[in-house]
Amino acid sequence: MRFTRHRLFWPLVALVALLVANTINTPDFLGLRLQDGHLFGAPIDILRNSAPLLLVALGMTLVIATRGIDLSVGAVVAISGAVALSFIGSSSDPGALSTVLVAVGIALALCFVLGVWNGFLVSVLGIQPIIATLVLMTAGRGIAMLITEGQITTINSAPYRVIGGGYWIGLPVSILIAGAIFALVAVLTRRTALGVLIESVGINPEASRLAGVQSRSIVWTVYALSGLFAGIAGLMISSNVMAADANNAGLFIELDAILAVVIGGTSLAGGKFSLAGTVVGVFIIQTLTLTVTILGISPSITPLFKAIVVIAVVLVQAPIVRRRMSSGPPRPTQTAPAPKTPVEVAA
Amino acid sequence: MTTPAPAVEMTGISIEFPGVKALDGVDFRLYPGEVHSLMGENGAGKSTLIKALTGVYGIDSGRITVYGEPKTFSGPAQAQEAGISTVYQEVNLCENLSVAENIMLGHEPRRGGRIDWRSLRREAGTYLARLGLDIDPRSALGSHSLAIQQLVAISRAMVVDAKVLILDEPTSSLDAGEVAQLFAVMRSLRDQGVAILFVSHFIEQVYEISDRLTVLRNGQLVGEYLVGDLSRRELVAKMIGQSVEELSALDAAVPARSSASTGGEPTVKAIGLGRRGAISPFDLDVYEGEVVGLAGLLGSGRSELARLLYGADHADTGQLTIGGHSGRLRTPRAAMKLGVAFSSEHRKAEGIVGDLTVRENIMLALQADRGWARRIPSRKADEVVAKYIDALGIRPANPEALVRNLSGGNQQKVLLARWLATAPKVLILDEPTRGIDVGAKGEIMRLVAQLAADGMSVVFISAELEEVLRLSHRIAVMRDRTKVAEITNDSTTSVDDVVELIASGGRS
Repeated sequence: MRFTRHRLFWPLVALVALLVANTINTPDFLGLRLQDGHLFGAPIDILRNSAPLLLVALGMTLVIATRGIDLSVGAVVAISGAVALSFIGSSSDPGALSTVLVAVGIALALCFVLGVWNGFLVSVLGIQPIIATLVLMTAGRGIAMLITEGQITTINSAPYRVIGGGYWIGLPVSILIAGAIFALVAVLTRRTALGVLIESVGINPEASRLAGVQSRSIVWTVYALSGLFAGIAGLMISSNVMAADANNAGLFIELDAILAVVIGGTSLAGGKFSLAGTVVGVFIIQTLTLTVTILGISPSITPLFKAIVVIAVVLVQAPIVRRRMSSGPPRPTQTAPAPKTPVEVAA
Repeated sequence: MTTPAPAVEMTGISIEFPGVKALDGVDFRLYPGEVHSLMGENGAGKSTLIKALTGVYGIDSGRITVYGEPKTFSGPAQAQEAGISTVYQEVNLCENLSVAENIMLGHEPRRGGRIDWRSLRREAGTYLARLGLDIDPRSALGSHSLAIQQLVAISRAMVVDAKVLILDEPTSSLDAGEVAQLFAVMRSLRDQGVAILFVSHFIEQVYEISDRLTVLRNGQLVGEYLVGDLSRRELVAKMIGQSVEELSALDAAVPARSSASTGGEPTVKAIGLGRRGAISPFDLDVYEGEVVGLAGLLGSGRSELARLLYGADHADTGQLTIGGHSGRLRTPRAAMKLGVAFSSEHRKAEGIVGDLTVRENIMLALQADRGWARRIPSRKADEVVAKYIDALGIRPANPEALVRNLSGGNQQKVLLARWLATAPKVLILDEPTRGIDVGAKGEIMRLVAQLAADGMSVVFISAELEEVLRLSHRIAVMRDRTKVAEITNDSTTSVDDVVELIASGGRS
C-alpha cells in the first residue's frame, strides 16, 4: 500500500506495461544479443534513442523546478549540430580528432552562451520564462539556417560519428554520455545544496530572496545548464545521422522534454523535482515511439497514440484520481450510522 | 439555559496527518443563537476542527450531525449547501471585482441566461444593509479597508442563507472601532438564530462576544464552558495546560526590561534613510543589547522602515551603517552578510517555504549564506535543527514534517530558528507575534528579551503596544510613513503615552 503512494509508482507501472505489451507482441522484445562485441536489441535502441531527450529533459527539470520553462532547447539542438558540422565540414582535415574536439568545444560553448542569454532575460530582466525562451525558440532556427547557409550540411568524420553512433565496452557511447551527465546532475543537486535551493526558489521566490538565497544566480545557472545540455543533445543527434538539419533537428524536443518532466512527477508550478522521475518519463516516451514503429502504426496517427498514453499517465498521477485509486472511496464514508453515544463534556 | 437541538454536533472526531495527530476524539457542539468560541494554542487543532466541519479535510473517525442529520462532507461546497459558511482570517475575495460582485459571486440573479446586474447590485445592497454597512456596492472591493472587506466576506456568507457561521480570526487586522462594528453584526446575526463559531487570539474579545467556550489542547478536548464560569486566568491555564500557579511563575520569568548600555558606537546607524512613496527619511540608532520597538498603526511605515534596514527594499536617500560598514544595501543577502536577520510580517508569502521540511526551512538562511556549493554536512544540520526545535519548542518536533502542515505559531518559531541559526548581530522582527497564541507569544517575547540581554540588537514591531512596551528599551513612534518621535521606555511609560504620541503625531 505504501509503495503505491510513491510518486514514481504510476510512471513505472506505465513503463512496465508498455514493455509487457511489446513482449506479448514480440516475444524476444527484451532480448539482447552480442554482435562484434556490441550489444543490440530493443532495450538498447530505447536507451540510445533516449539519450538526447534525456539530456534536454534533465536541463528542463531544473528549469521547471524554479517555476520556469525553456522552450528554446529544440532550436539550441539545431544550432549545436549546425555549428559543429559546419566547422568540421569547412576544416582541412575533417577526420582528425583535434578538429572534432575543437568543433565540439565551440558548439558547446555557444550553446552555453545561449543558455546564459535565456537566464539573463529571465533572472536579470525579469521577463516571463515562456516569453524569454520563445525568442530563442523562433530565432534559433534562423541562426542555425544562417550557419548552414540553408543547406543540410553532411560530413564524413570518424571521430565525430563516435558521439552518436560509437560503442564503448559494449554500450553505445551516447548512452554512456547521458548516464554520466545524469550522475553529474544528481551529484550536483543532491550532494550539494543546489537542489534544495532550487526547490526553495521554485516554491517561494520572495521568501528565498529574504533568506539570502541568491535566487538570481541560481535561476541563471539552470538556464545555462539547460542550454549546455541541449547542445550536447544536438551533437548526438547530428552525429547519429552525420548531418545538420537546421529545420528538423530537435523539432518538438522541447515538448517531449516538458512531457517527460511532468510524467516524472515534477510539477509545472515549480518546487520539488525528481531527476529519476524525469528519466522514467523519457523512457516511457521513447518506448512509446518504438512501440508505434514496431506495431506498424501509421506515422500520421503516432501523435494521437502518444497523446492517449500520456493522458493515461498524467491522469493516474492527478491527486484526485490517485486518492480514489489508492484509498478506495473518500475517507469520510467510514462514518457508518454509529450507535448514539452520549456526549460527555467536561464542564 | 434551555437547550434546543444543537445546530452542529461533532462526536469523537479524529484526524491524522503524516506525522501529526491533529485531532484525537474531539467532541464539539454548537447551538443556534449562540456565539461559541473555540480556544486553544496554535497547533491545538482549532483550524483542523473547522476544516473537518467545513469539509476541507475528511475525518478518520467520528461523526458530524447538522441539525440532527448525520453529514459527511467531501468538500466545502457541500458544507455550504448544508448552511455552514466560513469566513477565514485571510479574506478570500477578489479585490479586483466590485463589492456587489463579490457578495453575489456564484449566486448571480439571472434573467434570460444573462446576469441581471441591476438586481445583483440591489440584492447585494440589501445584504450590506442587513449588516449596517453603508458602502457603494459598485465600488471595487480592493478600495476598501481590510475591515470592510471582512464584513463583505460575512455578507457573502449570508447569501447562502447560512445557519452556521464560522469566523476564523476575523479581528486580527481590525482596529477597535472596526471590531465593535463586527461584533454588532455578530450579535444581530446571533439574535436572528444563527449559530456562530468564533476563533480569536484576543481573549478580551472572546469574553466580550461569546456565550460559551470550547478549549482544545494538543488535538484533544479540554472542556466546554459557559463564559461566566471561567476566569480569564483559568482559561489561559487550560489552554496551555498549566495550573494558575505555574502561570504566575511564568509571568515573573519574563525579564524586566533593563537599561541597555547606549555607550559606544551603535550597531545600526541610519541617517536620513528613506524611500520615496514608502517612508520619509528617518534617523535611527540601535545599540548592542538594545531592543528598539516600532510603535504605530497598521500602514504607519513600521514595516517599510524595517525593510530598508534589511535591504529588502532599496533606500533612495540617506546612509546606513551596520557594524561599522556603511554603504548601500543592494540585496537582503548583503544585509545578511553583515549579520542582520529579518523576519517579515507576511509569514506565508515572505517567510516559510511551505513545501520544504522544517529542517530545510531552518537551514535555509545558513545554507544560503554558505552558498550552494558547500552543503552543510548532515550531522551538523541535524545538530542545529535539533537544538532549535528543542529550544523553541517547535511542534511537532519532527524535522521532516512539511512546514506547510505546522500551525502559525510553530511556523513563526521555525522562522526564528532559521535566523537564530545564523547568529545575527541585528534581529529585525516584524509582527512575530501576530496571529499566534498566548503561550507562544510569551515564549517568543521571553526569547527576544534573552537575546538582547546576550548582546543582540533587536528591532521589534508589533501591533500590540503592550508587547512593544514590555520589551523595548526605546520606542520609535511611527505615523503616516514618518518617524514622528522617539522615547526612552522607562517604568513610567505607559500605553497611553504611546497612544498619545501616535495620535498627536509627536507634536505635543
